[in-house]
Amino acid sequence: MGTLNSNIPEGPLSDKWTQHKSNINLVSPANKRLIDVIVVGTGLAGASASATLAELGYNVKTFCFQDSPRRAHSIAAQGGINAAKNYQGDGDSTHRLFYDTIKGGDYRSREANVHRLAEVSANIIDQCVAQGVPFARDYGGLLDNRSFGGVLVSRTFYAKGQTGQQLLLGAYSAMNRQIGRGKIKMYNRHEMMDLVVVDGKARGIIARNLVTGKLERHGAHSVVIASGGYGNVFFLSTNAMGSNVSASWKIHKKGAHFANPCFTQIHPTCIPVSGDHQSKLTLMSESLRNDGRIWVPKKIEDAKAIREGHLKPTELGEENRDYYLERRYPAFGNLVPRDVASRAAKERCDAGFGVNKTGEAVYLDFATAIVRYGKEEAHVKGLDENDAQLVKKLGQEIVRSKYGNLFQMYEKIVDQNPYETPMMIYPAVHYTMGGTWVDYNLMTSIPGCYAIGEANFSDHGANRLGASALMQGLADGYFVLPYTIGDYLADDIRTGTIATDTPEFDTAEKEVQDRLEAFINNDGKNSVDYYHKKLGKIMWNKCGMSRNEKDLKEAMTEIKELREDFYKNVKVPGGLHEFNEQLAKAGRVADFLELGELFAKDALERNESCGGHFREESQTPEGEALRDDENFTFVSVWEYQGEPAKAKLHKEALNYEEIEVKTRSYK
Amino acid sequence: MNLTLKVWRQANTTTKGNFETYSIEDVSPDMSFLEMMDVLNEELIQKGIDPIAFDHDCREGICGMCSMFINGEAHGPDRLVTTCQLHMRKFKDGDTIIIEPFRAKAFPVVKDLAVDRSAFDRVQHAGGFISVNTSGNTQDANAIPIEKHDADRAFDAATCIGCGACVATCKNASAMLFVSAKVSQYALLPQGKVEATDRVLNMVKQMDEEGFGNCTNTGACEVECPKGISLENIARMNREYLTASIKG
Repeated sequence: MGTLNSNIPEGPLSDKWTQHKSNINLVSPANKRLIDVIVVGTGLAGASASATLAELGYNVKTFCFQDSPRRAHSIAAQGGINAAKNYQGDGDSTHRLFYDTIKGGDYRSREANVHRLAEVSANIIDQCVAQGVPFARDYGGLLDNRSFGGVLVSRTFYAKGQTGQQLLLGAYSAMNRQIGRGKIKMYNRHEMMDLVVVDGKARGIIARNLVTGKLERHGAHSVVIASGGYGNVFFLSTNAMGSNVSASWKIHKKGAHFANPCFTQIHPTCIPVSGDHQSKLTLMSESLRNDGRIWVPKKIEDAKAIREGHLKPTELGEENRDYYLERRYPAFGNLVPRDVASRAAKERCDAGFGVNKTGEAVYLDFATAIVRYGKEEAHVKGLDENDAQLVKKLGQEIVRSKYGNLFQMYEKIVDQNPYETPMMIYPAVHYTMGGTWVDYNLMTSIPGCYAIGEANFSDHGANRLGASALMQGLADGYFVLPYTIGDYLADDIRTGTIATDTPEFDTAEKEVQDRLEAFINNDGKNSVDYYHKKLGKIMWNKCGMSRNEKDLKEAMTEIKELREDFYKNVKVPGGLHEFNEQLAKAGRVADFLELGELFAKDALERNESCGGHFREESQTPEGEALRDDENFTFVSVWEYQGEPAKAKLHKEALNYEEIEVKTRSYK
Repeated sequence: MNLTLKVWRQANTTTKGNFETYSIEDVSPDMSFLEMMDVLNEELIQKGIDPIAFDHDCREGICGMCSMFINGEAHGPDRLVTTCQLHMRKFKDGDTIIIEPFRAKAFPVVKDLAVDRSAFDRVQHAGGFISVNTSGNTQDANAIPIEKHDADRAFDAATCIGCGACVATCKNASAMLFVSAKVSQYALLPQGKVEATDRVLNMVKQMDEEGFGNCTNTGACEVECPKGISLENIARMNREYLTASIKG
């Protein structure tokens, strides 16, 4: 594979995108009809890209493993989407959104990509409103905003706690229009099994029909991977059960470099683990930190009494509570970025202040907000502001209107009423900033193969700010890829349909067939989940919120051993030519077992603390993360060399022209 | 707790299915229903029995993929939850639980408890959208103020997760609640008004072609809907349909 060229356009940062769009090659409307594009995944990035490419006139084939494109896990995003609209007149601007994102990412993202993201953010809101996405509005009928972690303005647009759902259904509706017109051919319950490369270019995929088990060949002039992140390498995460790395990993093995695999976001506000049967973790939106205050008991004996059930949190007076985020980070308080909030929770729980049976939970308390809103409402309605019962009732109504679905979800899972007693929360794996390496055009290191949304690495550096994932997914899909892909496809107008009866497709299909047969014929004894859970334990204990050299080296060895055992002893029931969920899962876990090792290797290599990556060897005396700009201001770009441990490291230097690189402080 | 499960087993769309009985022990009340199914499947795999196929993905009640008919109710005995959010604390030690797929002519069984709901997608292809291209030149999002009351009702209709509980619950397997939620969302917003006539006619036509039954205003769908989508939407769609039919 060629050397790294990020293809960042020349010129001043704020003009790059506009100039680039004017300079790149275009494909004429008549020629677009001759070109086929495959999109894998139907989350925000995949759905918006599919719809826009089809509107432009390309023939699109879109694949998802779920029974409908509307199920993709973007649907579960709760809190909101950022955009530099400055509707609140609080000093927001494209530059400030750009700056916040770079700083939030701890100066490990690519400046030009992030600036472009900030530039197109406002268009996303306009587009979504035009599609009929019902964002929250105020009584004047205008769009409402709220604030998210790591910023000092209110730029987050939302639809209660279901923003991802509404945005995804918007993109899904745009797709439906194109499916109805015949411009998108949709393949539900299909999984991409491999990429087909012809003469060095991505020219199609091998897909498996998950209902019949039949392998299919699909040719195209370009392949777009929009299959999301790889948080499920930890087994327990806020990802959906089916979320997987396989599409990204298959292209990695065919030559697409993988960037910053160790950059993982551990989200501070998730419902704590309840037992060994647990299959996934549920997020409680960051938006709750607008109104919720995080605390643990000040005295260790109170924490113990709470854990043993002798004391209720509501019985503990203000003077005996430690609002540790407000104490440590007065400027941002409860709205510090996610990595900072997660580590602070771990620090308190490790010190013995945890508040549930397992000692791994802190409180998120709405009592103060309920009183504040209640008093406001009583004042507006001319009622008695000193009537505590009335104020509480009114306040609860306001909180219900803002976060009702989240409170209901919490109550169903935990069986406690969060209007009356504080929520218990603990950090959990949520998002992966790392992903397939792409250039400015979002093309991977395989010509013609693109990666968009969470699947790529480019915009969030070492930590993603809240409400920025939705922004990036839709920016890539609606406003970036549909333009940049034309630059590549302009050379393909005379290529003609890509034939699939070629040796390249034969070989790729045979390899997939052999891999599947090997699983079915394996005379093993352990289920696929047995291995997935073991892998998750290694990842969480040794590559989790806090990492060190010894643990990471052990993790690499243990994952390799586990992988070898998996191939010897995994048991996959059923047959090849039927609906076989265990077989599908076996393939996904096999890829996680390789990615996990590269993840640990990357974390080992990066001996600095930045964003979500905390190396114990690199911290200040107060225990804050210590970045090492001199040695690590680069993207770690891994080239596949036959085995994860042998991957070759390339470094993409990060140059900051517009921004002064500073110590990230939220104090 | 210990439970007896009677589960619908069906190899594929064309074969005939039947109930199989399984027992499961030491179920924790904190488990979700699907986690209980995971444990059962793990045991079946160890015994060399084909595990039970069921649809599921997000496991937080929003993707709409899980779809079990439990003891005669879509998504089981709890209210305002999907199957994945149903917890075992709603059951008692010694209970027998009957688990079936969502049954409807328009939802053929794929395998065991998994059904094919692509009829829902096809209804959306017929008109579940506003015809606006992605250009970057769309008018400013605040150019048209929308009354909060209408925006909130449009949102309430838009929270439908497309799980199909309404169809599975309805004695006629009608999809009126599902289709009306989408029609209502757009009917309540100024952006959606331009295409309102064609939208409702096309979506209803497709709904009928898919083999969903008629609505007889029983209201069971509203009771079983995990998102509490209101019957009001069906009334609104009927009005929209009537107006469109007269115009058309």
